[in-house]
Amino acid sequence: MENKQIVKMEHITKVFGNVKALNDAGFHLNRGEIHAILGENGAGKSSLMNVLCGIYTPEYGQIELGGTPVVLSSPADALKHGIGMVPQHFKLVEVMTAAENIIAGTKGKFWLSEKQILKEIKEKSEAFGFHIDLQKKVYDMSVAEKQSLEIFKVLQRGAEILILDEPTAVLTPQEIDNLFQVIENMRERGHSIVIITHKLEEVMRVSDRITVMRKGETVNTVNKNETNMKELATMMVGTQNFDLSVPYLSVPRGKRTLEIKKLSAYDNNGIKVLKNLTFDLYQGEILGVAGVAGSGQKELCESITGLHTKREGDILFNGESIIQDSPEEIIKKGISLSFVPEDRLGMGLVPTMNIVDNVLLKDYKKQEGLLSRYQSKLTADELVETLHIVTPSTDRIPVSLLSGGNIQKVLLGREISLNPKVMVTAYATRGLDVGSSQLIYNLLNAQKEKKVAILYVGEDLDVLMQLSDRLMVLCEGEITGIVDPRTTTKEEIGLLMSGVSGKDGGLNIEI
Amino acid sequence: MKFKQYGVAKRGETSVQLRVLVTLSAIVLALLTASIILLVAKSNPIGVYVGILQGCFGSLYRFSALLEKLVPLLILSLGIVVAFKMNFMNIGAEGQFLMGGVGATLIVRLLPGLPAPVLLPLMAVVAFAFGALWLIPPAFFKSKFETNETLFTLMMNYVATYFVMHLQYERWKDPAASGMPKIANFPENALLPQVQGFHLGIGIAILLVGVVYILMNRTKTGYEIAVLGASENTARYAGMNVHQTILKTAIISGGICGLVGMIQTAGPSGTLSAEITGGLGFTAIIVAWLADLKPVRAAVVSFLFAILIQGGSYIQTAFQIPGSAAAMIQAIILLYILGSEFFLRYRIIKSGKRVEVA
Repeated sequence: MENKQIVKMEHITKVFGNVKALNDAGFHLNRGEIHAILGENGAGKSSLMNVLCGIYTPEYGQIELGGTPVVLSSPADALKHGIGMVPQHFKLVEVMTAAENIIAGTKGKFWLSEKQILKEIKEKSEAFGFHIDLQKKVYDMSVAEKQSLEIFKVLQRGAEILILDEPTAVLTPQEIDNLFQVIENMRERGHSIVIITHKLEEVMRVSDRITVMRKGETVNTVNKNETNMKELATMMVGTQNFDLSVPYLSVPRGKRTLEIKKLSAYDNNGIKVLKNLTFDLYQGEILGVAGVAGSGQKELCESITGLHTKREGDILFNGESIIQDSPEEIIKKGISLSFVPEDRLGMGLVPTMNIVDNVLLKDYKKQEGLLSRYQSKLTADELVETLHIVTPSTDRIPVSLLSGGNIQKVLLGREISLNPKVMVTAYATRGLDVGSSQLIYNLLNAQKEKKVAILYVGEDLDVLMQLSDRLMVLCEGEITGIVDPRTTTKEEIGLLMSGVSGKDGGLNIEI
Repeated sequence: MKFKQYGVAKRGETSVQLRVLVTLSAIVLALLTASIILLVAKSNPIGVYVGILQGCFGSLYRFSALLEKLVPLLILSLGIVVAFKMNFMNIGAEGQFLMGGVGATLIVRLLPGLPAPVLLPLMAVVAFAFGALWLIPPAFFKSKFETNETLFTLMMNYVATYFVMHLQYERWKDPAASGMPKIANFPENALLPQVQGFHLGIGIAILLVGVVYILMNRTKTGYEIAVLGASENTARYAGMNVHQTILKTAIISGGICGLVGMIQTAGPSGTLSAEITGGLGFTAIIVAWLADLKPVRAAVVSFLFAILIQGGSYIQTAFQIPGSAAAMIQAIILLYILGSEFFLRYRIIKSGKRVEVA
């Protein structure tokens, strides 16, 4: 057994700022196995693999390759040791052909014999079961073709251990079948493959062993044959409820404010990203939205607020259809969106502007004549004081220089200051420490008391279950259940998130 | 085994003192470097530098010549500031300038008999419209099809240049110019009034600094331009009409650059020609950047540039310095000032430290 082990990572700890992305995490990889790393968003899957391929340097911990301790300082370094990563977002030169992308950056003679190289590449790629048209330009390729190319590129550069980051997220079921065939071919040829994923079904289908991660720690490594989806889901989300002291506030539910009817949305490639969503939102309730990243949360938020226009179905606000309205008209009706994207500043705030100018963003249209910043300055000062935003100045420092938590307080505070009737808020506490998160939960509860209807898209299940009146679970653009978080277990929700419906469909409740 | 590494981090904001200090040190260093060239050319550097200032401020006539260099550069940079603030890379100021000149000339040719108080404003309005028209196609195609405005506006420059050459050599050629390819000089009533040799252009330029300042800082349109320039997603999120803002900005930016066409044809040049721009449309891009896209700073930077241009041409005649040496001095000063920007935008730090103020 010992000589089969080619990667051994132990006690890996990686800290970003004051967040521990990895806490004493580790895993072992055997030669010629398909190993799945399973976990929710932010569980540390990608971080751990980024350590293995030299992108992150851990603060603490050991990596052994084939029994020898190594220090991996860069991706190139890792590749020298035979470790290659296929990123989720492909790094290909769009204007070049597949063959050029494969050759570019490899060491070799100055003059290359194109014919011979093409022949070699072709033989090798076919042996693995890739379908790559070597003369095709990357910009003409489908996502699946790009992925095949990216995998083959890494393989061609000598990787023995391939790490695939969420490889199926962008593929159709048929393409997934092909990918798994290729992965199995690679295994037969002695390669070891690590798949980062959160999809239980795929894990059960393709992997040999599974390492489950949660909150930066490795929970356990199990053999596929000795486990089942339910057990994995439990490990993924954990069983005990942490006391986050997120107060649940019981407010009598008001009248129906928002009705979503058969809402579907498409992305730029015409792929359906929201599938026939139907649900209601009431005054004085927090409807939580759970789901792994990319299950349609962003599109849902943007469809309601009129920003995502490739959609069909209907959205009624107090009985009146708003699906044809422009974002401006929707804002005027009192529907607010505070979406905290991964980079925090992609939408909602102007990074180069100060707090006052960012407060002005939702105010300026109401003004007549020359713009006055007087009111915005007052609001900004008030926000800084009530939300404890740490900043040297509200009108001299661009918000991009504030810390993440303060940026989020500015965004959420501004939206609340507009006295909205419906608040759509996504990832409001992303990356925040406990204290700041607490403040934001209290703010949301205060809004709920004021009869605001709140759609709360979140990541942390514990929080979602404690904060929400009802919890809607999305999986791949579909509602897999709307449940009462006080009578549902985390395991059940975990299964819904993975697209595994309840035993008898009995989890869909309408309250 | 850790190496100490140095890196750079963006500065949040720069104080006026720092800005002045860095810029002055850059100028001093540049003058020291340029001295080497002057010594090789067997000139007295200090004499030459004093000469540059004398060429600009030595007499009323020289000062008016300085302002003549300043006016087109400043107004063009104001037009560019508006577009660049929206992250719309209008490098077609040359073309808009020329087309503005075509508009002004067209009015002079169509209605030569109008009295000056009617004719001049009409020329200005048409020049503005022609300049705006020249920037609308790139803006329209960018907002609808995401075409690259940098290339588009650049190409429009060549179209404008050859169009003006066509007018100059064929259609509008002055028969009285004994075969010279030249458009007839404007009549007296189509020329900007002068006071002591100072054209009205400087008044327009100063007025425009104020107008653009208010536009960018105190109007909804200016705010929308700035938001859109920083983040299109945020602009859409705030309910702004992105297409409309792009077109509006193109009209303002192209129009201001077009206005220069009227001021130059009705001012120092007295007529339209293909050479009228003298590359100022490109120099104005540097001015706009150095001014950090701020209108009042653009006035200061244009003034410094005008000193380089006017002083440079004066020392050629006064000191018998070859034109190339004068150009080298200009280039060295420019290079140092551009280089010093680095120290204003970034500061040197030890690596690994994230810079956050809170």
